[in-house]
Amino acid sequence: MNLEVILHAGLATGTILLFASIGEILAERSGVLNLGVEGMLLLGAMAGFSVSLATGNPWLGIGAAMLAAGLLSLAHAVVTVSFQADQVVSGLSLTFLGTGLALVLGNGLTGQNAALLPNFDLAGLAALPLIGPVFFMNHSPIVYLGYLFAPLVWFYIEKTRPGMHLRAVGEKPVAADTMGVNVYALRYGYVFVGGCLAGLAGATISLSVSPGWYSAQTTSGQGWIAIGLVIFAQWNPLRAALGAFLFGALRRALLDLQGPSTLLGFTNPLFINSNFGFFLQMVPYLLTILALVIGSRAAMRKRLGAPAALGEPYIRGERGL
Amino acid sequence: MIHLPFTLLVEKRTEEVPRWLPAATSVGSVVLAFVVSGIVLAFIGANPLQVYGFFARATFGSWAAFSDTLVKATPLILVGLACSVAFKMKLWNIGAEGQFYIGAFFASLVVLVPLLPTDGPPWLMIPAMMGMGMLGGALWGFLPGLLKARFQVNEIITTLMLNYVAVLWNNFWIFDRWSDAGFQMTPTFGRNSWLPRLSDYAREYPVFSGLTLHLGVFFGLFAAAAVWWILQRSRWGYEIRLIGDNPQAARYAGISIARNVIWVMMLSGALAGLAGMAEISGVVHRLQERISPGYGFTGIIVAWLAKLHPLGVILVSILFGALIVASREVQPSGIAQMIQGFVLFALISSDVLLRYKIRLVRAAPQPAGHPGEFA
Repeated sequence: MNLEVILHAGLATGTILLFASIGEILAERSGVLNLGVEGMLLLGAMAGFSVSLATGNPWLGIGAAMLAAGLLSLAHAVVTVSFQADQVVSGLSLTFLGTGLALVLGNGLTGQNAALLPNFDLAGLAALPLIGPVFFMNHSPIVYLGYLFAPLVWFYIEKTRPGMHLRAVGEKPVAADTMGVNVYALRYGYVFVGGCLAGLAGATISLSVSPGWYSAQTTSGQGWIAIGLVIFAQWNPLRAALGAFLFGALRRALLDLQGPSTLLGFTNPLFINSNFGFFLQMVPYLLTILALVIGSRAAMRKRLGAPAALGEPYIRGERGL
Repeated sequence: MIHLPFTLLVEKRTEEVPRWLPAATSVGSVVLAFVVSGIVLAFIGANPLQVYGFFARATFGSWAAFSDTLVKATPLILVGLACSVAFKMKLWNIGAEGQFYIGAFFASLVVLVPLLPTDGPPWLMIPAMMGMGMLGGALWGFLPGLLKARFQVNEIITTLMLNYVAVLWNNFWIFDRWSDAGFQMTPTFGRNSWLPRLSDYAREYPVFSGLTLHLGVFFGLFAAAAVWWILQRSRWGYEIRLIGDNPQAARYAGISIARNVIWVMMLSGALAGLAGMAEISGVVHRLQERISPGYGFTGIIVAWLAKLHPLGVILVSILFGALIVASREVQPSGIAQMIQGFVLFALISSDVLLRYKIRLVRAAPQPAGHPGEFA
């Protein structure tokens, strides 16, 4: 067990959660809760892997994954924004639909080898002491993209005019509508962007982090963890990125603790029996619950958190929110 | 702009929804889902008619097949009821899967610890297992209920995370402590803890030979009646429905939402836990991996398709039980899940028909509306 290895792997796996949860943040800030992340992630992982397998080009795979998950998310947009159906139920059905489609269309992909995303060093930065080997060495381009993406999205939401429109639509759609902002179009747009980002996250799994197609085990609940992270991060992309990387590092550390390997130079005292690994595997899920408790308590105390119109359909000319 | 001779007029319903319409949308959604899934099947090179024909024969084609379908419907009825009770209060218990597993674990304690003498009479063993199963499920529902009531923690995520924890918890006992000679399953339970099956009476009634239907189906039917009574006839049910429809009004009426959140989560968990008990005592006769092919999740769709009505839950469970039986025998394995996803989507989309009237009228010059705007 080596701290550098754990942090390095944490950044790689955390990138999955980073893109998935920032996508969800964008949808939720526009007022649409999308619980279908797990389904979109799995569909993205399948589409990315199968297109890369067919074309030999992982970048086409990434594009296909984003498109597939984005299109899937539009089903949620139609049902919740236009038909004003319950967002919780629609999101759940999106997970079913995405999972089912991915399993059916991904039939026969198991055990295949597709062209994967290349890992490379960022010249210059990689030479930095301590930080270099962890942050800038031997990562996939998606990881480097993530470093830039989180602050950019934060800036976009908080400091730009379109970002202000996004917040207005999620907080007070009636006011946004009066200002001339097209509430429906923006909600459609951000749900779609959220879907595309989930697709990107999914393809990152199957084309980089844990290459291959392992049916439903490919994502193993990370979509749900991403949704939990959004609440923990209080809808802030920077906090979401931090949480994602912490979670990623933790996952890797737990993996190391499961074996009889040495721990910081000593024999692992936590290793009693390989079956105790089941308890260690529970930790990410339990921590998500803990993070939620912390996030929810902070939200209650500071009276902030969820966008005011989250989960509410907007019906023009009816009750104003 | 193209001018069609007809135009779709969408207007808000002002009068009562016709009584037949909700049921019609459920049926229509199922039909539509099979059509769309058929298109996907054709796309991957299968013949959808052949697949569906096979489905029908494998599920309703003979008494033995129909008995298998009812066996799969049994846990779905209980889990569907579990979801219905919670959803009635707009409490999103997505954790029936975990509550099912913990219910099965607790029921196993009776036999494997053992809590009762291993040669105990069935009339003692089976009620004890039922009680433990419900207790385990209720406990697994209590945790997220408490967090929701106390800290307003989103129950969707907590119940879901606890599903993973429950499966891992069971795996530890199956792989480690209770492993039968290194296999990933516990030893088979003694016959005194098996729910009676129709085939047990084959000697007296030869028609029953080979029929796997077990007593658990009556748990489901009885629970459906009980849930119907609670929701429609009891004061508690009135509180649950009021909180679901209008929490503000419930608060003004002095109803404690926090207390109801906890109790409803426990009732919901207990029903799912009983499903877990019925499955291990009536079907597998031991604790092992994958005792549920996703019953907890299918229960969500069952509840929704049944419009949260207990009688509807029974009917829909039989249909979905058939889907599970059929999908065991075909590849790829995701077909049932895909059909379920389409059913649910078609269903929630069709809700719009309950709120709006959509009519075809002769082209009247309508101003171009906002996309997505119906008012």
